[in-house]
Amino acid sequence: MIYFDNSATTMADPEVISTYDAVSKQIWGNPSSLHNFGEQAFNLLEQSRQQIADLLGVSLSEILFTSGGTEGDNWILKGTALEKRQFGNHLITTAVEHPAIHNSMEQLKDLGFEVTYLPVDEHGRINVADLKAALRPTTILVSVMAVNNEIGTIQPLKEVGDLLKDYPKVHFHVDAVQGIGKGISDLIFNDRVDFITFSGHKFHAPRGTGFIYAKRGKRIAPLLSGGGQERNLRSGTENVPAIAAMAKGLRLLLTDEDKKVAQQRAIRDHILDHVKNYPLVTLFSEENESFAPHILCFAIRGVRGETIVHAFEEQGIFISTTSACSSKKHMASSTLSAMRIPEAISTSAIRVSLDEHNTMAEADEFNAAFDKLYDQFKKLSNETAK
Amino acid sequence: MKEIYLDNAATTPMSEAVLTEMTDKMRNVYGNASTLYGLGRESHTVLEQSRHIIAQSINATDDEIVFTSGGTEGDNTAIIQTAIARKKEGMHLITTAVEHQAVLQPMLYLESLGYEVTYLPVDATGHISLDDLKNALRDDTILVSIMSGNNEVGSVMPIHEIGELLKDHQAWFHTDAVQAYGLLDIDVQRDHIDMLSTSAHKINGPKMVGFLYKREGVNIPSLLKGGEQEEKRRAGTENVPAIAGFAKAVEEITSAEKAARQEKYAGFKQQIVEGLKANDIAFEVNGDLDRSELQHVLNIWIKGISTYVMQTNLDLAGIAISGGSACTAGSIEPSHVLTAMYGDDSPRIAESIRISFGRGTTAEEIDQLIASITAIVNRLKKRSEVK
Repeated sequence: MIYFDNSATTMADPEVISTYDAVSKQIWGNPSSLHNFGEQAFNLLEQSRQQIADLLGVSLSEILFTSGGTEGDNWILKGTALEKRQFGNHLITTAVEHPAIHNSMEQLKDLGFEVTYLPVDEHGRINVADLKAALRPTTILVSVMAVNNEIGTIQPLKEVGDLLKDYPKVHFHVDAVQGIGKGISDLIFNDRVDFITFSGHKFHAPRGTGFIYAKRGKRIAPLLSGGGQERNLRSGTENVPAIAAMAKGLRLLLTDEDKKVAQQRAIRDHILDHVKNYPLVTLFSEENESFAPHILCFAIRGVRGETIVHAFEEQGIFISTTSACSSKKHMASSTLSAMRIPEAISTSAIRVSLDEHNTMAEADEFNAAFDKLYDQFKKLSNETAK
Repeated sequence: MKEIYLDNAATTPMSEAVLTEMTDKMRNVYGNASTLYGLGRESHTVLEQSRHIIAQSINATDDEIVFTSGGTEGDNTAIIQTAIARKKEGMHLITTAVEHQAVLQPMLYLESLGYEVTYLPVDATGHISLDDLKNALRDDTILVSIMSGNNEVGSVMPIHEIGELLKDHQAWFHTDAVQAYGLLDIDVQRDHIDMLSTSAHKINGPKMVGFLYKREGVNIPSLLKGGEQEEKRRAGTENVPAIAGFAKAVEEITSAEKAARQEKYAGFKQQIVEGLKANDIAFEVNGDLDRSELQHVLNIWIKGISTYVMQTNLDLAGIAISGGSACTAGSIEPSHVLTAMYGDDSPRIAESIRISFGRGTTAEEIDQLIASITAIVNRLKKRSEVK
């Protein structure tokens, strides 16, 4: 079996699972409790926070735990809207964000906020000139993802950050769910970025874990209120065993990051080099450093994405249409449609997404399976053409 | 020395079966339940089986269960999203003065947005009066949120009667059942409950997972927007291992088990009360010992000894109890529950402790607790006499 759907979710690392298991047995107290059980849990919670902060080169107080990427994105957007509404009601994002951003923005529109969606070019990338033109005196937030989850485009975060230096009051948010551990930390943590979203289960940590980075001094209103955990910004009993396991997962992810990134890039290019020779194939991801090393997206024109996914599944290879979150809707990819790819082609797109455990041998197997299936795809494609 | 944990209302250790279930699912069922292929379908199956087990536990249908990140999210969602969805039908909500902060804080937030909230008072046993509720109900009331059982003193609210009263009123009935789920038999049909929130880590399940029951027809927008998980009612990749662990914890608590626990815990309460009396400790129970309450919680006023001193001394003796609720996050603030019951000038507010039992609690541990409290009280008394 070959698992090539790591952008949907990753398998928890065995070491992550053992941390979760051990902590669940030994340090399961409520960190808010004042007794020894609580103190142990609190200490481990803060050690985990420190470890994550150290790994990312930020301060302890800038890391806040959440239930995952969706919560982080919802929180930063709505929390900014609520916190800064007396300063303005305008938010800017891109046309190719994850639904957690897009649908939060739509909800804010219902509540009277104004949202600008920046267009993208044929590479799925925004143009900073468009951002500059969109900025208004009432703009309170700019949210740009680090890596697109469907085709892997890396957004020009440095240029965005440079531009926003002239707008110091605007919150600059980066959804880095797909970007962590992919060799672009300098870009994500550029000095103008105020808020960043992370999700644990995309890097072999448990489901239901995540955290946000919130730059010191930058304020957002809470999304969940109650017991006042996380410095009164995110209520709910902290999941210490899973948080400790997430810190472990992050450490493992960032160990030898350069080597792992190079390997994923080599696998990506090996597959792209192979499939691009076939006449029915349209590539969306590109073999250069402006695309993330672990995501590759292409279409086999005339064959539905679902059909391709199932054909590969029968060969023991797990890939996906575009994003897992939209794959059940049989909908065209939102990223590809923002790139003005005709629906006839975008509904034929598939995504292969890698992690540091995938090997070149698996890429060879994928390519061999592709050769084997191609005749079948060609037949289907001809039928569609008729 | 083995430490004694008597703070099960704050959190509980995971049962062995639950943890085994979770780590098994982490290893073996890791597909994203929203994906198309086999691994995802397997996750989806586990998700739906778990949902079925949980729906059965409160007599709901499967599609009325929405998984959440825990009790706080369930409460916040039920309250804030109802207020947003039903603004045209009214801007008045009713709750009680003794709710968990996960209910009270959203209510305060709504007040800041111009909604009106009525906080029902409680009597000295921690119960509301139905007449107060009847008097507070208005044509523009859109939500009544009343906890099933209180987390600090264990008082059980008249849920069935409230449901009967509200079934012909436009207001939806939400109950925070975080403490009651796992001890009381909950039946959302019998009690006409529209929304109910729970948390797994209070019943020996994993942390950071819970569910919100929403009766069919109760349409509120999702608090978390994004992917179309949970039939668009809660975005975010489903935490299948934790949900499977939650279902396992629920399965372990049969109706018979609930009754057995209530009886066992009631026995512990008696044991403490009688033990302290026999040792001439000056104390009183906060709440009503004779009523059938949430029996895992006993709140007592130990006269003349501050909560903090008693808690610290018991901690040194290896016994974990609480000064009230674990939230508000580590701070030592006067309990709003005891204040509502006894007024803010009562000495009980600064001199009470909460003892809460769990499935591992034994009579021997209770004996040790009695002995430790007695020793602490006598030591402190002697010290003040020396002065």
